[in-house]
Amino acid sequence: MSDKREDFEPKIIGFLCNWCSYAGADLAGVSRIQYPPNIRIIRVMCSGRVDPAFILEAFKNGADGVLVAGCHLPSDCHYLSGNFKALRRIKLLKKVLEQYGIEPERVRLEWISASEGDKFAAVVKDMVEQIKKLGPSPLKGGVET
Amino acid sequence: MAKEKLKFAFYWAASCGGCEIAVLDINEKILDVVQIADIVFWPVAMDIKYKDVENMPDKYIDVCFFNGAIRTEENEKMAKLLRKKSKILIAYGACAQLGGIPGLANIANRKEVFEKAFLKTFSTHNPNNVIPKTRVTVKEGELELPEFYDTVKTLDQTVEVDYYVPGCPPAVERTLYALETIAKGELPPKGSVLAPLKSVCDECPRKREEKKISKIYRVYEKTPDPERCLLEQGILCMGPATRGGCGARCLKVNMPCTGCGGPCPNVPEQGAAMISALASILGLEEEKEKYSEEEVEKLISQIKDPLGTFYMYALPASILRRKVMKK
Repeated sequence: MSDKREDFEPKIIGFLCNWCSYAGADLAGVSRIQYPPNIRIIRVMCSGRVDPAFILEAFKNGADGVLVAGCHLPSDCHYLSGNFKALRRIKLLKKVLEQYGIEPERVRLEWISASEGDKFAAVVKDMVEQIKKLGPSPLKGGVET
Repeated sequence: MAKEKLKFAFYWAASCGGCEIAVLDINEKILDVVQIADIVFWPVAMDIKYKDVENMPDKYIDVCFFNGAIRTEENEKMAKLLRKKSKILIAYGACAQLGGIPGLANIANRKEVFEKAFLKTFSTHNPNNVIPKTRVTVKEGELELPEFYDTVKTLDQTVEVDYYVPGCPPAVERTLYALETIAKGELPPKGSVLAPLKSVCDECPRKREEKKISKIYRVYEKTPDPERCLLEQGILCMGPATRGGCGARCLKVNMPCTGCGGPCPNVPEQGAAMISALASILGLEEEKEKYSEEEVEKLISQIKDPLGTFYMYALPASILRRKVMKK
């Protein structure tokens, strides 16, 4: 089991907000900061746009982790309070995921501004390491039917 | 009688029997039903065997009202049989549509359900630790029981379903609406839920002002103001995430909606919709400066058993369908 985990490459879905975090990821790119290629980025207009169903859907389709990133608290959000809504949604969703038998650590919420390319790279790196430790998603074999 | 009568069937799978009573809740209108239709199969009210259904020609039944989730081999077999014998198959009630209360067993598996039900409950006296088996040999021969599955399924995860009548049990007006559209031959496109498109809130007579709550009460902890929105008073109400068509009957008697109507149209799942809705109004926003991680944590931790609350009727119909099974 343990040696299996070492060459396990997690699939991480990243929902990044258009105004801060996506620009942050972009900066990481143009600054040529190295980070693991395990993340698949989906740009959304706001972290508050991320419906918990998107995250459940990602797990159903075999994601090992989901990163949601938005503008810094308390007042960076382009839509004023989207990040606060995201914060509470993710917290609540994590409790539900735990009851579903999915480790809540597989979902991560981060605040990354447009100038924090280095933070984005560090978050992805850290998250990949953490999920490697957790191992593949328990839903890897598909949803029980 | 110029027109030939329709043939109706009613069947129950994993359900409590409430849907059977809901059929009779239409009171004297049941006489109108008998005017337009013959009931050819109804185990709860008629002496008729599965064998008789098997002997019917295919598509013999015009409309089959199927209530209950699919939990056992018997449920599955009957769902497949009635699908074959019916022109129109209606998932009647929350269990058939969404899995319903029996579907909450999807947070466990067969072994855990049996242990709880037959060994661990306080009222159980079972010194020999007998639990159901599919086969057992007694001196008269071998006895069989249908297999009990690990996972509860909805009817449409088992066979093709034509229409859905939501509710636990369906409200009288929903049953009547279904019967009327059938009688008039005005059924909507296949796959429709025979209910309005809007949420329970749309039918709720309570006054809504501003939705912003910071303290959550369980039903027994508070006597609510009968005029105001329950959610605004801090009582968890599934109304915003639940499809209407029930006339907000629970709200009218001071009880919060628990979500039996299922998700609104075009919503991926009811639980996620409620997580979104509730997280939006669970507020600290004005006090942005005072905000701290711990406070949010405290706010959220007031919700006991979120899965059981948000997915009370719809766990098998949810995106993940059940708790992860340990391999």
